[in-house]
Amino acid sequence: MPTSRRTPNPVKNRPRAAALASILMGTLLVTGCGSGESENTLTWYINPDAGGQAAIAEKCTTEADGRYRIETSLLPSDAASQREQLARRLAAGDSSLDIMSLDPPFVPELAGFLAPVPDDVAEATTENVVEGALAGATWKDELVTVPFWANTQILWYRKSVAEAAGMDMTKPVTWDQLIEAAETQDKELGVQGTQAESMTVWVNALIESAGGSIVTNPEAPSDEIELGLVSDAGREAARIISTIGDENLGGPGLATQNENASLDLFQSDSGSFMVNYPFVWPATVGAVESGTLDQALVEDIGWGVFPRVLDDEAAAPPLGGINLGVGAESDNPELAYEAVQCIVSVENQAEYFVTNGNPPSNTEAYEDPRIEESFPMAPVIRDSLQDAAPRPQTPFYNEVSTGIQQLWAPPGAVNPDTTPEESSDFITAVLRGERLL
Amino acid sequence: MTSAIPAPPAEPTSSPENTPSVKTRSTPEKKARRQYSDRVRAERRLGWLLAGPAFIVMLLVTLYPILQAAFESLFQFRLTTPDEREFVGLGNYAVILTDSVWWRDLGTTLLITVVTVAVELVLGFALALVMDKALKSIKGVLRTAILVPYGIITVVSAFAWFYAFDINSGYVNSWFDWLPGIDENTNWFAQTGTALFVIMASEIWKTTPFISLLLLAGLAQVPGELTEAAKVDGATWWEQMSRVIIPNMKAAIMVAVLFRALDAFRIFDNVFIMTNGAYGTEVLSLLAYRQSISRLEIGLGSAVSVLLFLCVLIISFIAIRLFKVDLAGTQGGK
Repeated sequence: MPTSRRTPNPVKNRPRAAALASILMGTLLVTGCGSGESENTLTWYINPDAGGQAAIAEKCTTEADGRYRIETSLLPSDAASQREQLARRLAAGDSSLDIMSLDPPFVPELAGFLAPVPDDVAEATTENVVEGALAGATWKDELVTVPFWANTQILWYRKSVAEAAGMDMTKPVTWDQLIEAAETQDKELGVQGTQAESMTVWVNALIESAGGSIVTNPEAPSDEIELGLVSDAGREAARIISTIGDENLGGPGLATQNENASLDLFQSDSGSFMVNYPFVWPATVGAVESGTLDQALVEDIGWGVFPRVLDDEAAAPPLGGINLGVGAESDNPELAYEAVQCIVSVENQAEYFVTNGNPPSNTEAYEDPRIEESFPMAPVIRDSLQDAAPRPQTPFYNEVSTGIQQLWAPPGAVNPDTTPEESSDFITAVLRGERLL
Repeated sequence: MTSAIPAPPAEPTSSPENTPSVKTRSTPEKKARRQYSDRVRAERRLGWLLAGPAFIVMLLVTLYPILQAAFESLFQFRLTTPDEREFVGLGNYAVILTDSVWWRDLGTTLLITVVTVAVELVLGFALALVMDKALKSIKGVLRTAILVPYGIITVVSAFAWFYAFDINSGYVNSWFDWLPGIDENTNWFAQTGTALFVIMASEIWKTTPFISLLLLAGLAQVPGELTEAAKVDGATWWEQMSRVIIPNMKAAIMVAVLFRALDAFRIFDNVFIMTNGAYGTEVLSLLAYRQSISRLEIGLGSAVSVLLFLCVLIISFIAIRLFKVDLAGTQGGK
C-alpha cells in the first residue's frame, strides 16, 4: 500500500476501523463457537493428574478409529472448585460437557443434570466393581455415573515405632491404640486437622466406623434432612478427634495439616502412624530415589487397614476417587457413553494406577502383575475399598461438609459433649435457610 | 464506586467561576447555565462527547449487574434447583442481619480496613518523604524499588507470604525464633490473631506503595515558598510538617485514605489464599463468595453482595460528606 494513502484522516478511517473490528469480532465468535469441533469430538473435563487421563483419552481416540475423538479440558485443582465450575456450566446448559470426572460426594447434587446411564453400559461397567465405588456412583438406587477409579485411606505406620510400642500390626488396630502408642513413644500421628474437606472425610470415616452416619436420610429435601451427629457414634468420633487435638498428638501443625503436610510429618523423625491415600507411597519412593529421603525410611514403612473405632467392628475407610458422568445437554450422549466404556476398561484402570497412583475401582484390574510391583499394598487398598463408606450422599453435601469443617476444626477445639450437638443444630439451620454458612 | 466516575463535564481549568464542588451543584441548573459562556458550553459538550461513551459502558457493566443482584436478592434461588425459585422479599436480608456470622465478618473486615489503612498511611507518608527528598540521581531507582510490591499480582504475593509463614515450608519461624512468642512450632494460620497479622502484613506490604504515590503527588503540590517561609521564620522540622505541609496536603491524604479504605474493605485474595476464612479470618467478600459461588445460593449470596455494596457506599458517603474529601481537588491547585 502506497504511503500516500495512509494519510491519517480519523473521520475517513473510522468506517474502515469499524469494519475491521466487526470482522475480527465475527471471527472470534465463529471460532469460539466452533473451536475446530467436528461432529464426533467429545470433551472430557478432567481433574488434574499426572497426565494419565489425557493418555487414556488419546488411547481411546486411536482405538475408536475415527468414530469419536476425545479432547480433554482441565478442571481446577481442588474438588470444591471443580464442583463449582461444573455446577455453573451444567446449570447454564453447556453442551460441551460430554464427559466429566466427578468426585463422588457431588454426584447427587449434579445427578439431575446428567444423561441417564444406558442399561447395557451400566451392566458392563459395574461388574467386579468394589462396593464403595458403586455406592458412590449411585443416587436414589440408580446408577447415575460410571465408576472410574476409587480412592481410600489406609493406615501407614513406622515399623520401628509399632514395634517399640509392642503392637501387633498383623491385626487391625484401633484409634485408642494409636493414641496410646503415640503418647508412650512421644511421637506424632499423621491426621488431617485442617479446616477443609479432609476434615469431613475424617469425621465421616470415624462416625461410619462407629456404626453411625452423618446424615440419616440423605435423600430428603433440604428442610427435612436429619443428622446423626448427636449419637454415640458422633460423640465417639468427637472424643477421638479432641483427644488427638488436646494432647498435641498431631504435631504443632495439626490445625492446618492437610494430606501433604501429614506426609511430611510422617516422614520426619516424629512420624509414627498416619491415615492417608495411596499417593504417599510413590511420593516417598520418589523422594528416596531423588536422594531427599533415606532408603531406611521406605524399609521402615508398613501398612494396614484404616484404624477401627470400635474394637469388634471393622472400620469404614473413607471413599474418594472419580466417577464419570455424561452431561444431559451433550450433543452426543451415546458416543460419550461409548467413550466412557473405553476409558474405564480394566486395562486402562490398571495402567492408570501404575502410572498415576490412582487405584482401580474394578477388582479385576488388581490382577495386573505390574501393580504388585509398584504398589505392594494394593491388596489392602482393594479390601479397604470393599468396606469403604461414601460421605453423605445428599444434594446438599456442600452445606453439610462446610458446616462440619467449621465446627470440627481445629481438633483441639472439639468437645465431645457439645460439638456434635452444635454442629448438628448449625447445619440444620443452614439447610433450612435460617443461617449463613 | 459511583463516586469514582469522573464527572463528565470536564471543567475547564481556565474558567475560575466553575470551581467544581459539591456545594455549587445544588444551584439551579438553569441559572447556572446562563452564566456559562459559549466557549464553556462548547467545552462541556465536547466533554460529554468524549466521556459519554465510557460513561455508558460503565453503566452497562456496573449498573446492570448491580440491579440484577438487587433483584435476585429478593428470591430464594439455588442454581442447581432452578425450578424451586421462590420470592421471599426481604427475607434473605433478615437472615443475614440476624446472623452472628455477618456481624463477626463485618467486624473482621472493619478491623483489617482500619489497621491496614492506618499503618499504610504512616508508612506511605514516610516513603513519600523519602522519595521527595531523595537525590535526583537515585530518584528513579528508588521509586521503582518502592513500587515493586504494588506491581505483583495479589494472589502471587499471598502465596509468597503464605509459604513464608507456613509451619511446614516457612522460614519465618526459624529466622525470627529469637523473638518472644515465635518458635519453630508457631502455627501462624491456626489462630485468629496470628493469621490476621500475616494477612494484614501482606496487605500492607502490597499496597503501601500505592498510598505513598498518592501522597507523593500531594507533597509535590505544597508550594515551596511556604516551607521556605516557615524555615526563615525558624520553624522546626516538626512544625513545618504539622503546620505547613500536612494542612496543605489534606485533600491528597483524604483521597488516599478513601481509595485505600474502599479497597481494603473489599479484601478477598489474601484471605482466600492463606486461610480460606478458617479460624475467624472470614471477611465479607469471602462470605458473599461462599454463599453464591460455593453454595450456589444465588439469592442469599446476592443479598450479601448488596449489603457489602451498601457498606462501601456508606464509607464513601462518610468520607465525602463528613470529611469533605474533594475528589477533584487533587487535579488542580487549591
